[in-house]
Amino acid sequence: MTCHDALDFLDDYLDGKLPWGQRIAFGLHLGLCRPCRDYLDGYRKTIEASRKAMSEQAVTNCEQIPDEIVQAILAARSQVPRSDRRD
Amino acid sequence: MESSISETETALVSALRAGEPAAYERLVRDYGGRILAVCERLLFNREDARDAVQETFLSAFRSLESFDGRSQFATWLHRIAVNASLMKLRTKRRHPEHSIDDLLPTFQADGHRRDPGSRWTNSAGEISEQRETQQLIREKIEALPESYRNVLILRDIEELDTETVAEMLELSPGAVKVRLHRARQALRTLLEPIFGGASK
Repeated sequence: MTCHDALDFLDDYLDGKLPWGQRIAFGLHLGLCRPCRDYLDGYRKTIEASRKAMSEQAVTNCEQIPDEIVQAILAARSQVPRSDRRD
Repeated sequence: MESSISETETALVSALRAGEPAAYERLVRDYGGRILAVCERLLFNREDARDAVQETFLSAFRSLESFDGRSQFATWLHRIAVNASLMKLRTKRRHPEHSIDDLLPTFQADGHRRDPGSRWTNSAGEISEQRETQQLIREKIEALPESYRNVLILRDIEELDTETVAEMLELSPGAVKVRLHRARQALRTLLEPIFGGASK
């Protein structure tokens, strides 16, 4: 297995979906190839860091929806024709 | 992955279907923060996100009858929010996308890496704890071309499965996997300076 082959297998490896034979070959390649080990480590950290940076609290900086949006939604609902409403 | 609807959600859905005004307000207040976050993650623009939140709830009010209780109510609402955000993106003027080929690893003819790159010494948690760093990471995600960014956000951040993302984006599951892999590689390259890799 080359570094190029190993790159193609990264996602299936991380998802635990790599068939047994390829998993063995991938593991052997990683054991022998420092650059690929480092690449895999950075790839994993990319996923983790982006998840953390895009978390709910990080993005909105608040846990609750601002009141003006609530009022706008409720007002828009009240303008829906009665035939489309439940009340 | 999805469990069935909880008793609290069942009571809320019943109240909504009965047309109780207080139930509508409770729905918006209880789920609004999470829905706003979803829309902001996909749209990177507060005003557009607010529009998408409004469209999400109005769409949910209109289609309450289609909620069958097989998934959690929050999951159902989340899908509506993603679709509302994607619709918002589609209606915006599109710019030609730039190639991300320069951000992908290159290899020699024998399959070995051309550039071994650097080692990331800190954990993702350590690096992304600071607010300024979180903001930088978000800017790098935003810098990805939309077709890659959307797949990355839907799979890695919203944690939707490949088939669901394929359906939402009208792509094949195989195309979603390829785009996700390329997006992650490109983002890894963009984040390398932030993670301050150690040399070999």
